[in-house]
Amino acid sequence: MNYKRPKADVVIIGLGWSGSTMAEELTRAGLKVVAIERGAWRDTSTSFPTTRDPDELSGSVRKEILQAPVTETYTVRNKVGQTALPMRKYHNLTLGNNVGGAGTHWAGASWRWLPFDHQPYSHVMQRYGAGQLVDGLILQDWGVTYDDLEPFYDRFEKIAGTSGTAGVVNGQRQPGGNPFEGSRTAPYPTPALERSRANVLFAEAATRLGYHPFPVPSAMIGAPYKNALGLNLAPCTYCGYCQLYGCGNWSKSSPNICILPVLMQRPNFTVVTECEVIRINTTPDRKMATGVTFVDSDGNIGEQPADIVITATFTLDNTRLLLLSGISTPYDVASGQGVVGRAFTFQTLSWGFMFFENEYLNPFMNTGALATQIDDFNGDNFDHTGLGFIGGAGIQSLSNQGLPIGMAGLLPQGSPQWGKGWKQAFQKGYQNYAQIQGQGTSFAHREQFLDLDPTYKDRFGQPLLRITFDYNENDRRSGRFIRDKCVEIAREMGATQVGGDSFADRPYSGYTPWDSSHVQGGVVMGEDPRTSVQNRYQQNWDIPNLFVLGASSFPNNAGYNPTVAVGATTLWTATAIKDLYLKNPGPLVRL
Amino acid sequence: MAKNLLRNALRTCMRGGMLLSAVTFMAHGAKAQDGAADAQIERGRYLAIAGDCLACHTAPGGKPFAGGLDLKTPFGIITASNITSDRETGIGSWTLQQFDGAVRHGKSPTRYLYPAMPYTAYVKITDADLADLWAYIRTIPPVSNRVVANKLPFPYNIRALMIGWNMLFFNRSPFTPDTSKSAQVNRGAYLVEGLEHCGTCHTTKNAFGGDTRAAYQGTSLQGWYAPDLSNNTHTGLGGWSADDIVTYLRAGTNRHTAASGPMTETIENSTQHLTDADLQAIAAYFKSLPQRTVTVPTPLPPGNRQMMTGAREFVVQCSACHVSNGAGIANMIPTLQNNPAVNAPNPDSLINIVLRGTNGPVTAANPTGAAMPSFGWKLHDDQIAGILTYIRNSMGNAAPAVLASDVGRARKAIDAQQAVWH
Repeated sequence: MNYKRPKADVVIIGLGWSGSTMAEELTRAGLKVVAIERGAWRDTSTSFPTTRDPDELSGSVRKEILQAPVTETYTVRNKVGQTALPMRKYHNLTLGNNVGGAGTHWAGASWRWLPFDHQPYSHVMQRYGAGQLVDGLILQDWGVTYDDLEPFYDRFEKIAGTSGTAGVVNGQRQPGGNPFEGSRTAPYPTPALERSRANVLFAEAATRLGYHPFPVPSAMIGAPYKNALGLNLAPCTYCGYCQLYGCGNWSKSSPNICILPVLMQRPNFTVVTECEVIRINTTPDRKMATGVTFVDSDGNIGEQPADIVITATFTLDNTRLLLLSGISTPYDVASGQGVVGRAFTFQTLSWGFMFFENEYLNPFMNTGALATQIDDFNGDNFDHTGLGFIGGAGIQSLSNQGLPIGMAGLLPQGSPQWGKGWKQAFQKGYQNYAQIQGQGTSFAHREQFLDLDPTYKDRFGQPLLRITFDYNENDRRSGRFIRDKCVEIAREMGATQVGGDSFADRPYSGYTPWDSSHVQGGVVMGEDPRTSVQNRYQQNWDIPNLFVLGASSFPNNAGYNPTVAVGATTLWTATAIKDLYLKNPGPLVRL
Repeated sequence: MAKNLLRNALRTCMRGGMLLSAVTFMAHGAKAQDGAADAQIERGRYLAIAGDCLACHTAPGGKPFAGGLDLKTPFGIITASNITSDRETGIGSWTLQQFDGAVRHGKSPTRYLYPAMPYTAYVKITDADLADLWAYIRTIPPVSNRVVANKLPFPYNIRALMIGWNMLFFNRSPFTPDTSKSAQVNRGAYLVEGLEHCGTCHTTKNAFGGDTRAAYQGTSLQGWYAPDLSNNTHTGLGGWSADDIVTYLRAGTNRHTAASGPMTETIENSTQHLTDADLQAIAAYFKSLPQRTVTVPTPLPPGNRQMMTGAREFVVQCSACHVSNGAGIANMIPTLQNNPAVNAPNPDSLINIVLRGTNGPVTAANPTGAAMPSFGWKLHDDQIAGILTYIRNSMGNAAPAVLASDVGRARKAIDAQQAVWH
């Protein structure tokens, strides 16, 4: 059966962080908003009750909170000419499958990106010149700067209750914070989390080496906090079941605790759950969006007409929806022309792994983002002259795992593989294993892109999205550089066994353990319609009533997790819609 | 579920109420006098919220004011009537005098009412407020819904019995201001004793359902213990400031606690909508009540068997949210330290909350709605009894032990889940 729902002022596809943030802004402005979410309703006390002991097998191993690849997946190949194959097992993309999106199960690292990350092209050209770029690298500014976004970073932190120690407030360095961060107008809403033993050892070693350690800002609430929407959040209990779990303690910022309780009280807001949008509808001349078509949980086809269409799905799905809907020009790798699917990036991860001899690291006390970091080698915080690459990584001691199944594989080299010897080694390894992650930048390349797969289709008969990606030379050079820094700090920490790895030294695979899940780009914002899908307000260059939110808008990936940057750009766009677009519907940037 | 449906219906109705006023205004045209009529309806709407008429006169999922909610009294089930302006099944054919008879005197045009309709409190409503209330009630659009009000067993189904009951227990005196008290305290007394009918739940009833003299000293009903509101620090409001009371009634939470049980709906539907002046008046009234001395029991010694097992269970089951020392989180998770509700002589509410969990209030001032999950499926009677006994005899509290048999009885009475493992 086909049906049509009553017209709304705004339809939002996806009710994760960006969708719910946008919905809150627009309903507060009086607009009638309908959000369509493919996942089911979840709330804190009934979906994640603290009475239920968290279960590593269903959470971390079976990943039951994620959308299963059997429902929908992506195909992957390393380069043009290969046949892409669908990822059929859980891979390093952690897609949300509920109201709240990935914002329900995320690890919670809550970064403002560096001013450099928003204007990488201008910075690199000014400091080094084009010779610093490896062949084929795509580098472009966002059209919006850190300073433009600062009020929105601040607002989003005050919605999320972000915990952390400020490094620079109103241009003034603050003790204990990140000296390299963009200047803030306010400190973090809640104080930084307590440090793990591994964090402390890292901070001491980094300080001895002349670096500048600071607590990673986090979604784990540092103290009781009433957020910007009047919702109360409770402090984190360090229970250790964080990433891949919903939090039942009101302690991990999520749309479910930070926004939805307010949103659901508003009579002009509706969420339609368990319905998957398959197409954005447009007028025949493709000048305006008219709404969306979705498949509901009974298999019926529904239509939701609206005056404004906002796409707030996972990065890759944003790109796919535009391609499926024939909106804007798809990227063509042969000519380098076209924009949808272009400027796709991953991250460049490097690691230092270590074992101590007689430590008590007590890793069971952790959170998804309990980490101490140095930014001395992130972004453009150091002189790249002669290094042959741009970018770097946030280098962090990450205390995000202490669960028994996950730790069972982390034994010192030479440990017995079974029996009493294995048990002893496991006991010792559990208290003595630590890791340093280099979460590396990634810059787009003309041979990394997204398009529709010619072979594989989803359960509705629509083509899957195809990822064509391998690390480029910039990634390989920065990855090795960062790996060596991780190892240097690990040795300084006093570990007896130290190993290092740079993932970019091997071809990209979606199955690499401990890899990033942060894919970005494909629907990027920018200053030039020839190299971007959307203008600086995340407004489609061709269709002024279409806005695509999320990390799909970012033409480069930082040495940071993206959520708070997504929140800030969403609030920036919401403000543009309220203050500019509603008064004068049409393109907000005219060339 | 039913509660949520009711909550939604109520919300719709609150909005509907405002809409109705506008419609009425338009229907009357642009005559100057209608400004006054409109203001009267608006006053009446406020009084209906203060009296929380909607809470009982709307069935779960039903149309606002169309009746049908079953009230479970100790004597049997009484179903709230349809008070919409439908002439056949509602009160559309009534006059102000007939409305007065029902609201303030417990007698409808055709029969005696049972005091589940709190006319024993509403008798305090002034003539002017009653007229305003009637002006608003008349604007409620008609809904045809015939309600069989009386499902009581014999002999309670004989309504004429109420003549005698009224003679014995119905104090018909109107509200009389106490000239020795401030206007604010008198306003508070008027609201508390009349429209807000706090005593309906918070005052102990005698065997016939009539009020005892222990006004606002707390009592059990429907599986809950409506706590002591008298001025003593051990079980009552003695430790709360006037601001604490105002914040609680407006937000459903304050620095000490969060509402639970039937009070949650009272706050959501009624008190959060009161003006600040009226909330301050209510608080001033409760703070003006005379000090009451309660006998504080000696807490059980830490070596008591229940205390030892309860302390261990507390760490495992409770401490993550209520914090290891029981301090809780202000405006969200109740503190267990020196908590008068924890010290209640009757542990019904504590047992109920642990067995079934509780949804926190959702108000404009605090929309968080932090909830406590149910432990009924997880903990056995003796475990719950141990935890509650420990909480009631530590952290500054002192109250009688809770027995496993108390929990077992409550588990049956409120139809809570059995523990799933042995």
